[in-house]
Amino acid sequence: MKENWWKILASVLVIYSVWSGMLGSVPELPILHETIRNLYFHVPMWFTMVILYLISVIYSIKYLSSGNENHDLLAVECVNTGVVFGFLGLVTGMIWGNYTWGSPWPNDPKMNSAAISTLMYLAYLVLRNSLEEEQKRARISAVYNIFAFPVMIVLLFILPRLTDSLHPGNGGNPGFSSYDLDSRMRMVFYPACIGWILIGVWIATIQYRLRKLQNKQLN
Amino acid sequence: MRKYFVTATMVLFTAVSSLAQSTSGVEMADELRSSGKIYVVVAVITIILLALIGYLFSIDRKVKKLEKKN
Repeated sequence: MKENWWKILASVLVIYSVWSGMLGSVPELPILHETIRNLYFHVPMWFTMVILYLISVIYSIKYLSSGNENHDLLAVECVNTGVVFGFLGLVTGMIWGNYTWGSPWPNDPKMNSAAISTLMYLAYLVLRNSLEEEQKRARISAVYNIFAFPVMIVLLFILPRLTDSLHPGNGGNPGFSSYDLDSRMRMVFYPACIGWILIGVWIATIQYRLRKLQNKQLN
Repeated sequence: MRKYFVTATMVLFTAVSSLAQSTSGVEMADELRSSGKIYVVVAVITIILLALIGYLFSIDRKVKKLEKKN
């Protein structure tokens, strides 16, 4: 029970974000209308993905210095879970874009970057499966992961800002702070992000524990 | 653990629903039918999320049992 408090916190925050996200008041903006509420559900998917990839790269570095295979397992399972959240982010973004930008894929720089970074992490998973020897696999994929993470950050958070993008906070568009995130929305948006990040970490740890059990049975 | 979870949910729900109630006019027992029936959608999403979270908790417990066995 005591070590499970954060799981309950995650559940409560996510449920709270649905209730306040659907019923709370939001700014009335043209084009967006009520879809502005998607901010509480679409954006936390990406934040969760980034945090999971961050945990993964930390454990990849740890693996390289320690050689402990559990660190490698946690790094993989974080990427596995992160990819799921990445796909959720892509699909929810396509639905949202279809009704506000007029097309599910308007070749927005941030969308293309997100697609590339998702492919990059899929390549990480394929790379792992293609290597037979365990230590070699762990070491090569750890190095790949360390290179992939900064590229992902550049693709998602730096390159879209250098050009024009439909996403807020990029190019000529104003960011979260100005028109689309007032103090009422912050009260829902931040709890939603924390809740979903905790849910993502929770799923990753379950996957990690299962993988550890499987490994024990094999040996 | 379930007790904590249920109380937390109850507290949250009362907090949100008291916010949503209108302060003017006569109180009617049709909250679920007001505001373009958005409350129905909220109820559906809540049930789905609660079920999924409960499922996660049960998976967690199963893994813990396996870990104890090994």
